[in-house]
Amino acid sequence: MAETTRREIMLGEGSGTGTGQDLKVGMGPAHPAMHGIIRIIADLDGEIIRKADVEIGYLHRAFEKDCEVGGWNNAIPYTDRLNYVSPLINNFAYASAVEKLLGIEVTERCKYIRTALSEISRVCDHLTCIGASAMELGAFTVFLYMIKAREFLWELVEDVTGARLTISYGRVGGVKADLPDGFEAKVRKAFKETREVLDEVHRLLTGNRIFMDRMVGVGALSREETIAYGITGPLLRAVGVPYDVRRAAPHWAYDRVDFEVVTQSDGDNYARYLVRMAEMEQSMRIAEQALGTMPGGPINVDFEGRPIDPAAYVDQGKQGKTEGLLLVPLRLSPNLEGQHRREWNRVNTADKRVALPPKESTYGSIEGLMNHFMLIMEGYGIRPPAGEAYFAAEGANGELGFYVVSDGGDRPYRVRCRPPCLPPMAALHRMIEGEMVADLIPTFGSVNMIGGELDR
Amino acid sequence: MEGAAILDRLRARFGAAVAETHAHRGDHTAVVEREAIVDVLRFCRDDAELRFDMLSDLTAVDFLKFPGREDGPRFEVVYHLYSLPHGHRVRLKVRVDEDDPVVPTAVPVWPIANWLEREVWDMFGIRFDGHPDLRRLLMYEQFVGHPLRKDYPINRRQPLIGPKT
Repeated sequence: MAETTRREIMLGEGSGTGTGQDLKVGMGPAHPAMHGIIRIIADLDGEIIRKADVEIGYLHRAFEKDCEVGGWNNAIPYTDRLNYVSPLINNFAYASAVEKLLGIEVTERCKYIRTALSEISRVCDHLTCIGASAMELGAFTVFLYMIKAREFLWELVEDVTGARLTISYGRVGGVKADLPDGFEAKVRKAFKETREVLDEVHRLLTGNRIFMDRMVGVGALSREETIAYGITGPLLRAVGVPYDVRRAAPHWAYDRVDFEVVTQSDGDNYARYLVRMAEMEQSMRIAEQALGTMPGGPINVDFEGRPIDPAAYVDQGKQGKTEGLLLVPLRLSPNLEGQHRREWNRVNTADKRVALPPKESTYGSIEGLMNHFMLIMEGYGIRPPAGEAYFAAEGANGELGFYVVSDGGDRPYRVRCRPPCLPPMAALHRMIEGEMVADLIPTFGSVNMIGGELDR
Repeated sequence: MEGAAILDRLRARFGAAVAETHAHRGDHTAVVEREAIVDVLRFCRDDAELRFDMLSDLTAVDFLKFPGREDGPRFEVVYHLYSLPHGHRVRLKVRVDEDDPVVPTAVPVWPIANWLEREVWDMFGIRFDGHPDLRRLLMYEQFVGHPLRKDYPINRRQPLIGPKT
């Protein structure tokens, strides 16, 4: 009876008699604890969520339709904006799907680069997820620490790609450019700092009374339901299923590195937190191994002959003074403008139907120029044979799949992205129904919804 | 289980309901008759040797402008299944005509089909018979048309819907 009285104080006289005076509350689309714009319409019985309806689509920007109007490589910048916290994985997964459709292999060194950079991105993603959800529970310090660590890692990404967020670094058949000089040492330094931050966060959160009260047993989903909802990634591993695309169907260089698939058994928010924390350490291990055993060795910048300025190079090429030009190395920034032939060939496939030639060849020889033209001109470009392919990579939130269909033309006929955070969002109402309104916040945080890939 | 063996098993069990099978770039595909799709999905999920317990993805393709397929059935609804115990994949397809774009729903088999089918309805205008709540998923209710159809122009603008004043 005490409960009835409390309800009456909260909702007015007569509300405790079960006459359907439940309160309907709309949370979002713009709510401070919503990590993007989504809307949850909840039927409340006092503080308890009885029924929830999740509405998405506020960030829909026609990713799949846009991919159909440009060439195959034109979709790369759009994939940056899918999961914008770990865009490198999207780039590489899309490129790999098209490569599967073409039936080509990328170079060994390119596979290692993709592996190492994907893992750095995964750490960024998990840092953001844990930092933001801890902040919503009042642990602002954790957020600042984790964003600091992410900053170190984004500096690495910037070093390689020239950008921090919209990196557009992947290419069908390779990557935009080789790694910069001394990259491995920088990675080790950044990882050292990140490990210190993780250690601090462990001491702040793991075992913290307030944090555990909000996380343990909250937002749990059973193993059967998690599978039936098609949920993958940290949420699936938190219920004890050791499914990881990196282990189940190793792509890139994942079959040559040593790592553990971390699992927990409870399936609640705390288990998800523990899985993510442990996965960051595994990701750093993978990145270190991939960089340490990368084929092709360190980048040798000493060329015979004098490097010349790109502008002068282009001028001479346009004037037809190409004799001997092909042999002169070009002085280019390794990550912004392009690369020397030697590094270029090391990270890009030798298939001339797919990868652009290095700039020396484009400006220095007629064959290179023709090759460049055939890939750039309208109506030419990359032309996979008619068919379809599905490629799955392990994104930060789970299985990131690209299903590409070609009609034999120079544009994708259909690009479908299987967003890893859509299944958990579809199951979100099952996680929050029957729990308190305040529990919605950590549960929603642990799902790690990324509007870009959810709404596409 | 090898992809070819999965297709053999489906053909042996369902006979003519499996209209066509093929493999491309290591992906194995079975084209299934529309009437049989729910039975096939259920068999894929429950059969001890297949055990496809996860519906990875459900989407559709519009073949209106595909060279050589302009006159055939316009849409294909595509199911990607994955088996956690066995680690294998298969792709199932159902072909539907423009005049009668209806497919039986897979929601009773996998709850995730709810949202994925809503998205296909939203983007392609393919209805799912028996779906409990077939609303648009990504676009808003007032949106006219289905944007991923090939005859929906990419530059068409529709009025933005705001709160009623």
